[in-house]
Amino acid sequence: MNYRIFPIGENALTVDFGSEISAELNDRVLSLAEFIGKNSFTGFVELVPAYSSLTVFYDLVQVRKTYRQFPNVFSAVKNFVETALENLPKISKREPDLIKIPVCYEMEFAPDLEFVARCAKLTTAEVIKIHTSTIYRVFMIGFLPAFAYMGEVDTRITAPRRANPRTKIEPGSVGIAGRQTGIYPLASPGGWQIIGKTPLQMFRPERKKISFLKMGDMVNFFEIGSDEFKNKSKIENRKSDEFTFPDKFTADNRAGFGTR
Amino acid sequence: MSLLFLTNSLLTTVQDLGRGDFRHFGVNPNGAMDKKAVRLINILLGNDENEAVLEIHFPAPKILFEKNALIALGGANFNARIDNRKIENWRPVFIEKGQTIKFSQKVSGNRLYLSVRRGFKIKSWLESKSTNLKAKIGGFEGRNLRKDDRILFNAKCKMQSAKFPFRMANSLIPDYSVSPKIRVIAGAEWEKLNKKSESEFLSQKFSVSLNSDRMGFRLRGSPLRLSRKLELVSSAVNFGTIQLLPDGQMIMLMADHQTTGGYPRIAHIIAEDLPLAAQLGANDSLSFEIISLDEAENLVLKFDANLNLLKTAIKFPTIFNAKAQRCKDAKC
Repeated sequence: MNYRIFPIGENALTVDFGSEISAELNDRVLSLAEFIGKNSFTGFVELVPAYSSLTVFYDLVQVRKTYRQFPNVFSAVKNFVETALENLPKISKREPDLIKIPVCYEMEFAPDLEFVARCAKLTTAEVIKIHTSTIYRVFMIGFLPAFAYMGEVDTRITAPRRANPRTKIEPGSVGIAGRQTGIYPLASPGGWQIIGKTPLQMFRPERKKISFLKMGDMVNFFEIGSDEFKNKSKIENRKSDEFTFPDKFTADNRAGFGTR
Repeated sequence: MSLLFLTNSLLTTVQDLGRGDFRHFGVNPNGAMDKKAVRLINILLGNDENEAVLEIHFPAPKILFEKNALIALGGANFNARIDNRKIENWRPVFIEKGQTIKFSQKVSGNRLYLSVRRGFKIKSWLESKSTNLKAKIGGFEGRNLRKDDRILFNAKCKMQSAKFPFRMANSLIPDYSVSPKIRVIAGAEWEKLNKKSESEFLSQKFSVSLNSDRMGFRLRGSPLRLSRKLELVSSAVNFGTIQLLPDGQMIMLMADHQTTGGYPRIAHIIAEDLPLAAQLGANDSLSFEIISLDEAENLVLKFDANLNLLKTAIKFPTIFNAKAQRCKDAKC
């Protein structure tokens, strides 16, 4: 297994499995995150999984106090991560959730759908068909609260980022950038090509699980009309608190948090 | 009723030391830009060091105290006055009901912190009272405080008058400057810079661009180049991460930074010097020096040890009256 471990400050290190978008590396990130989540160390603060890397945040003072045998705090945490990597189960038994997300692809919600279709030399209906017939993997959450990076988009409908990013994109907007697709959780500037909009709320600040999607979920979009979109209440929202997995990314003992 | 904002200001938000462990949901860590200043003035008041404070930019608001209060200021110096009395930073100051605090001039720094003893009455969101301006949540209604807003105190100030003849030791106060030398540790892509850019990074003075905010400071200087093109996928970044943008300019990620990014990581500002960088404003300049991770870690440990000494000194029972001491442990 190839990897590189480096600090990103005095309070965090990153394990990088190779800086590429691949389900295999992303699985490795997930299983390492699960493993460290279950077997953490004193001073552990949080894990931030990404496409092909896992970052461990820690409380420097607490780690130093507890693991004095190491030359520095970084090497103590690095040693912990390397031991975890040696003990990782070979095959992950993870069964991902399949989440179906309604998207309205009508003009008023899809300012870039025609552009994407032109790039692809397809009709907009064909673009929608391709976008809805793929099952996407949530590779990571980042950029904005609850923004899920999903992939991989069928090569027939990939589109570059906009040359001039929009200053405001509405929450719920579904975008494409290269082989990635994603849903803007809040009003934000952004450069992705917007091809539709979901009535579902991705960012749920008042709930225990603030992100509708989590890393490792599998997602399938289905098309709805604008009438259905406007009648949001009819759409079955996913039960908010049924998934507990992301909790494992967080330390139970947060006593030492806040030194930086 | 406690604090009444009589005027608008550039940007005044409620901040604490940040929400550190929701990054895996993409939630920006938020929190004060100059965390040392916040920890110091909170400790000075006998508060938990993570107590929520006001982070004030200039032009600053005029604020009326509707109740007696014991406060401390730290970070930037905006020439604070109560009536015509000058208020120094880094010491407890008693303010009487009906008095107004004004800030007339930017003397040094760009972010001033105001803490009150036992804190402001602010609801936590995701375990922090910090403001998330992007998601418009946390702190005071997730936004900049403005004229006619009121912030309540957690507890009544029992004192009728008080004089505090002490001030924090100078050795604890960050050595703020308009052109600091900022120490960094090498980032994952440091060695990917070409030789010329490597030495330029260490020898040039960079200036802070106008296009800078709580998310990040853009720097201006002669562009830096990698020895060959790199394609990186997004991964976690940190407060203090210095990224190289495609145009060769750098961005220093600050308290409201995105949780992940895909630009090359040239360096990371050490925690000890992050407050010096965080107090910079547009057109201020800075230069960089690389130190080892060991040195950087030791500086964090040293500052922590000094804070513990300060905490012990402040706990000395004569500083606050016995009643106040007892109340301190109660949950307000």
